Amino acid sequence: MFVFSLKSLASTKVRTLYMIVAMSIGVASVVILTALGEGARRYVVEQFSSLGTNLLIVFPGRTETKGNIPGLLMGETPRDLTIEDALALLRSRYVKRVAPITIGSGLVSFGHRNREVPVIGSTSDMMAVRHMTLMQGKFLPDVDPRNAVPVCVLGAKVKDELFGSSRAIGQWVRIADRRFRVVGILASQGQSLDLDTDEIAVIPVASAQMLFNIPSLFRILVEARSREELVPAQKEVLDILQARHEGERDATVITQDAVLATFDKILKTITLSVAGIAGISLAVSGILIMNVMLIAVSQRTREIGLLKAIGATGMTVRNLFFMEAASLSLLGATVGWVLGEAGVKIISGIYPALPASAPWWAIGAAIGTALGTGILFSVLPAERASRLDPVEALSRR
Amino acid sequence: MIRLEHVCRNFTVGDQIVPALDDISLEIGKGEYVSVMGPSGSGKSTLLNLVGLLDRPSSGAYTFDGIDVTHLTDAAQALFRREKIGFVFQFFHLVPRLTAIENIALPMLLAGMPREERKERSGKLLHDLGLEARANHKPDQLSGGQRQRVAIARAAVMKPALLLADEPTGNLDRASGMEVVSLLEKLNGEGMTLVLVTHDPEIGRRAARCIRMLDGRLD
Ligand SMILES: Nc1ncnc2c1ncn2[C@@H]1O[C@H](COP(=O)(O)OP(=O)(O)OP(=O)(O)O)[C@@H](O)[C@H]1O
Ligand SMILES: [Mg+2]
Repeated sequence: MFVFSLKSLASTKVRTLYMIVAMSIGVASVVILTALGEGARRYVVEQFSSLGTNLLIVFPGRTETKGNIPGLLMGETPRDLTIEDALALLRSRYVKRVAPITIGSGLVSFGHRNREVPVIGSTSDMMAVRHMTLMQGKFLPDVDPRNAVPVCVLGAKVKDELFGSSRAIGQWVRIADRRFRVVGILASQGQSLDLDTDEIAVIPVASAQMLFNIPSLFRILVEARSREELVPAQKEVLDILQARHEGERDATVITQDAVLATFDKILKTITLSVAGIAGISLAVSGILIMNVMLIAVSQRTREIGLLKAIGATGMTVRNLFFMEAASLSLLGATVGWVLGEAGVKIISGIYPALPASAPWWAIGAAIGTALGTGILFSVLPAERASRLDPVEALSRR
Repeated sequence: MIRLEHVCRNFTVGDQIVPALDDISLEIGKGEYVSVMGPSGSGKSTLLNLVGLLDRPSSGAYTFDGIDVTHLTDAAQALFRREKIGFVFQFFHLVPRLTAIENIALPMLLAGMPREERKERSGKLLHDLGLEARANHKPDQLSGGQRQRVAIARAAVMKPALLLADEPTGNLDRASGMEVVSLLEKLNGEGMTLVLVTHDPEIGRRAARCIRMLDGRLD
């Protein structure tokens, strides 16, 4: 019987092709669109985790979710964060490491070559907190952060531009109007979400404060001991700062997870809605299958009459049409899947940075919807075919 | 084998009732060769469809081998047709995309017979028909007479007890018509009951028993 239904598909090539194309376009678009959405989501997640794990970010000023401009409502200015604030945070048992951050821009020069780069002031712990890796030498020394040691770590590209292929470690460079000895070169990591670590210079936080003449900190990065301890750590950080700032809660602590979760949610929603839209096209192909099958039923009325006359039950006829629609949908879904995966391959070829691959749930849902609608919408034609009166069907011309 | 008692079949056309069969009582024994003749519209096809379980009487009783078949379910009737009845139509009704041998094997496919047996039986029938060379031809590559012989082979392949032919020669020239009739007669000789509807008096006369119909009644 199966062979019989396949033969009828083969004999109506154009119609069959039409349905397979419609179905496969639907499936392929679900696969490609969700692959893009998933790719974007994973890209963002990866970028975030490259910033560090179990990370809390402390910055001055209070942001109310109600939309008040920080500080202005109460007529107060938020207190600055200081190196002492950062060191005080280490008292919390939930906190593993802290890295105070100041940031400025300075001209780095060696001999007659120079270059303007972002200059980051921090401590030795920054490397671990931000998951940085070194290409050569050491990171900032593990000394009291209040000491303005004249050393610096350069980004890979900065080193190349200033020193070329010659050795940089141990050389003295000038940043703004002070001299620093190069102790390490950062490994090339490429563009991260916030800044390109290839094009920075890192110096001790106290040196940066002197260099740029700012007594405060831009941020404090805090690494909690574990993921579970992020929330208590966040609270304790706020409490410690409040105690140090005369009872004012004038700092904001965000967890990277919170930011990440928001992005994750947004991108997931986008992926889902895009998949939903593509899913509609699948439903449309289902309706197309129904119409084509209905036409098939009327075109093959005499054949159905004959089958009944030679002993096919209504059930057999129904199964026959069912089988046709099912094999059509299956074929369409498979072709669509293959096309979709090929499309994804092409996209990842063009944008290698994007980890585009359709998630299994999307492939499953697409193929399921294709088969489901294909079969669902073939019920009606199959039912109609099975109900045909054999005498009438045979006499129809 | 076949017993019709006071069978009527009315068609409703608009708000008019057309009595296609009017109080027919008829008995046909096993192995009989019966021809049905009569003017156009006299109810011959309607009678044949009824006997072949393609249609149900409006009133009256129909027993086949002692079984009341009028009240069987559709599925049971289909099974009955498959096992006991073979049909031959004026317009052949071969499936155009299947080859001759596949057309012949179709009822066996429906019956779920194993492939080997299907092959063997349809091959043997084709051989008996002298159509072996045409086994893999599609119907549109066959002449009318060849098509009808393939259709007869299809009707006979399940070895039915009853063979019904509605104007099987209606679309054929005299020579191929005679070939078809003698093929049917051969099957009758093998024990199948044959009921043949025809307009051709010469063919009608060949049957041992000739039924004449007029306006839905037996004449
Ligand atoms: N489906 C139908 N609906 C309405 N009337 C019908 C139907 N089928 C048959 N009839 C009527 O029943 C009567 C008998 O028709 P039937 O086809 O049995 O005649 P017939 O003897 O086979 O004629 P012919 O020799 O032309 O084939 C005719 O008057 C016909 O119009
Ligand atoms: Mg007729």
